[in-house]
Amino acid sequence: MIQVKLPGPLRLLAQIDGEVWLEVSAPVTQRTLLDELERRYPPLLGTLRDAHSGKRRDFIRFFAEGQDLSHQSPDDPLPESVTRGQEPYLVVGAIAGG
Amino acid sequence: MSKLRILAGTRKGAFILTSDSNREKWNVSGPHFAGWEIYHVKASPVNPDRIYASQTSGWFGQVIQRSDDGGLTWQAVGNQFPYEGVPGTHQWYDGTPHPWEFKRVWHLEPDLHDPEVVYAGVEDAALFRSVDGGQSWQELAGLRGHGSGPDWQPGAGGMCLHTILLDPKTPGRIYVAISAAGAFRSDDHGQSWKPINKGLVSEFMPDPQAEVGHCVHRLAMHPSRPQTLFMQKHWDVMRSDDAGDSWHEISNNLPSDFGFPIEVHAHDPETVYVIPLKSDSERFPPDGKLRVYRSRNGGQHWEALSQGLPQSDCYINVLRDATCVDQLDPCGIYFGTTGGQIYVSPDSGDHWITVVRDLPAVLSVEVQTLA
Repeated sequence: MIQVKLPGPLRLLAQIDGEVWLEVSAPVTQRTLLDELERRYPPLLGTLRDAHSGKRRDFIRFFAEGQDLSHQSPDDPLPESVTRGQEPYLVVGAIAGG
Repeated sequence: MSKLRILAGTRKGAFILTSDSNREKWNVSGPHFAGWEIYHVKASPVNPDRIYASQTSGWFGQVIQRSDDGGLTWQAVGNQFPYEGVPGTHQWYDGTPHPWEFKRVWHLEPDLHDPEVVYAGVEDAALFRSVDGGQSWQELAGLRGHGSGPDWQPGAGGMCLHTILLDPKTPGRIYVAISAAGAFRSDDHGQSWKPINKGLVSEFMPDPQAEVGHCVHRLAMHPSRPQTLFMQKHWDVMRSDDAGDSWHEISNNLPSDFGFPIEVHAHDPETVYVIPLKSDSERFPPDGKLRVYRSRNGGQHWEALSQGLPQSDCYINVLRDATCVDQLDPCGIYFGTTGGQIYVSPDSGDHWITVVRDLPAVLSVEVQTLA
């Protein structure tokens, strides 16, 4: 199981109260994880990635193990600590403002 | 006794305000969708509990919400707005071709007869329609494809389709307005379109009377006389009596003819309201005095309405979708400001009451008159 942490506005949108844990079939990549996230919570479709191109939205970042995975290929395998549920996969809204 | 329900969209959520027909005391519900920009909230005229809301975010994109119980609960519905075919290009600010890219929904217009049908005006400018209560959206591509689309250019606020008027007397007739392309009309349910900008003069264009390129801010129409249209253009208040085929200016004695909204009284098609701003670079009321201007003769003469409105140190803006009228007699006039106030006049503009004063910046105001 993989733990996904979402920013507050998306939790509100998807009406998520508790933690989000997802079972993802192999291969476990950012793409398959986000596909499963959107399947489980349909209101999130299009809010993280463009629904047609799959391209990450400009002000969304994906972190894990203290690393920014946003610019990695969406088809690269996720870190083992994430797939084992030891580390969460973070969806982050970029800071904007001052 | 009738009830009133205001649907307000703001920079940080939606608010629903209710009152009895006296329109003096209002209960506030919200924020709904806290933290999100709510560009527009509007209910079906045939099913008042069916409400659509455009929820947007620079981070998370577009969401469309739908309520079937008058705003008590909401459901996220379809948020995909695919342009039909190859999207093509419009002009960018520097005159170069720029691909059409969906950004957000500015305006939602529920159909006059079928609550499952709703129109969406979007940025980059296009018109979409849903026939399944917002679950899926199809572009009415004849608008972008009628020929002038590649010449359209965004205004400072983006290239948005912000006004949709459905003609209640002529089946299939739709008017839209786009910043900064102008006004357009379809007579066949949105399949084909033509520009209706003859008589508009925009000095910021190389040809001030060009067929397209005008920064139309808002159109208004009285349902009993849909051939007559009123327009607040970037500069100039305009009128057409032939369904937009030609326009003439009715700014007359207004202190400024720059502004965003324009509205028609619910029971008198010759009574019109605007809220002038000082200029396009100083988007606040002249002299720091918030005044609505009313014409009782279709724009020949305008009178200032100020009783109950701040008459000093007021430097707010009133945006294009932030005015509306109710159906009571006397007709109530409503507007919201970028300072977070919503005002109502229960007597057609003679006196004004502050409904609420500290909301986030108000983007849109609609009101429902409920039995």
